[in-house]
Amino acid sequence: MASLRTTSRLFAASRPLFRPASFARSYATVEAKTVDPAASENPNMKTFKVYRWNPDTPTEKPTMQSYQLDLNKTGPMMLDALIRIKNEIDPTLTFRRSCREGICGSCAMNIDGVNTLACLCRIPTDTAKESRIYPLPHTFVVKDLVPDLTLFYKQYKSIKPYLQRDTPSPDGLENRQSPADRKKLDGLYECILCACCSTSCPSYWWNSEEYLGPAILLQSYRWLVDSRDEKTAERKAALDNSMSVYRCHTILNCTRTCPKGLNPGRAIAETKKILAA
Amino acid sequence: MARLSGLQREVLSLYRQCLREVRKKPIDAQSNFKNYARAEFQKHRSVNKKDFSAVEYLLRKGHRQLEMYASPGIRNIR
Repeated sequence: MASLRTTSRLFAASRPLFRPASFARSYATVEAKTVDPAASENPNMKTFKVYRWNPDTPTEKPTMQSYQLDLNKTGPMMLDALIRIKNEIDPTLTFRRSCREGICGSCAMNIDGVNTLACLCRIPTDTAKESRIYPLPHTFVVKDLVPDLTLFYKQYKSIKPYLQRDTPSPDGLENRQSPADRKKLDGLYECILCACCSTSCPSYWWNSEEYLGPAILLQSYRWLVDSRDEKTAERKAALDNSMSVYRCHTILNCTRTCPKGLNPGRAIAETKKILAA
Repeated sequence: MARLSGLQREVLSLYRQCLREVRKKPIDAQSNFKNYARAEFQKHRSVNKKDFSAVEYLLRKGHRQLEMYASPGIRNIR
């Protein structure tokens, strides 16, 4: 795109009052003028292999499609590469993306064998090796890289992820919390529910109907330890069966894969301690 | 009739479920719903019975559609 738009970029430098509509939505691409001439003469081509499957032709098997991109003209992240493929090479490629900065959790996918957010994953600079991009493992695929997260959201709903209180706060204003109590929520509230951890958990692969999975258990623990929540007993009772929590065998794939650096494994261990107490 | 595989029985059960749901719709719209359900199944008649992934996908899609069209808010179709 950058090379095609060299002339319009020159115009843009002088900031006209109105810009062409095509310009309003350009994504992270390295501008042509910042690329030194030597680099554009020696393009740094990398191959991306992307999982493709179209629900309109269900009898066709999923395929891996290869795309070649010049890394000198692409932004640093995998999401930049995917957006460039969609914009310039193949507009039929389908994936979810929104915030491009790792806060929405839309672009969770399996990149080079690791579940991560495409927007937080740097493109490996080794151009000799191809990058392989799959949807989240063991999810039903809606199309290409879009997984069906219906069950995941249903399970999230089942743990009642909201503050449950019967007594109003003493002053009728806010439900106050001591700094020490607030500190317990650090490392829990940052979870963006991208489903990277749950879909990396072998236990969840085989028991996804009943086992809640690391992401949901992290959230459930977040509400268990919240000092303001008054339904702790009910929450504990809901978890106290052989499937919901105890299918966790501390494999810790969740902690290893979490793109936000959280530790669902620890939260599940703490949940087990609370349940045992 | 030949013995059916589990998957084939699942398809038939989905079809029966669809026909049962049709009876809950307003009488003058029932034929529309029935034709629609039949057409949806007819569309994929050619799928090989051994193409498990395709059949399973179509089953999931069918259940989703059934759930949606079964809601009492939908009174007629096309």
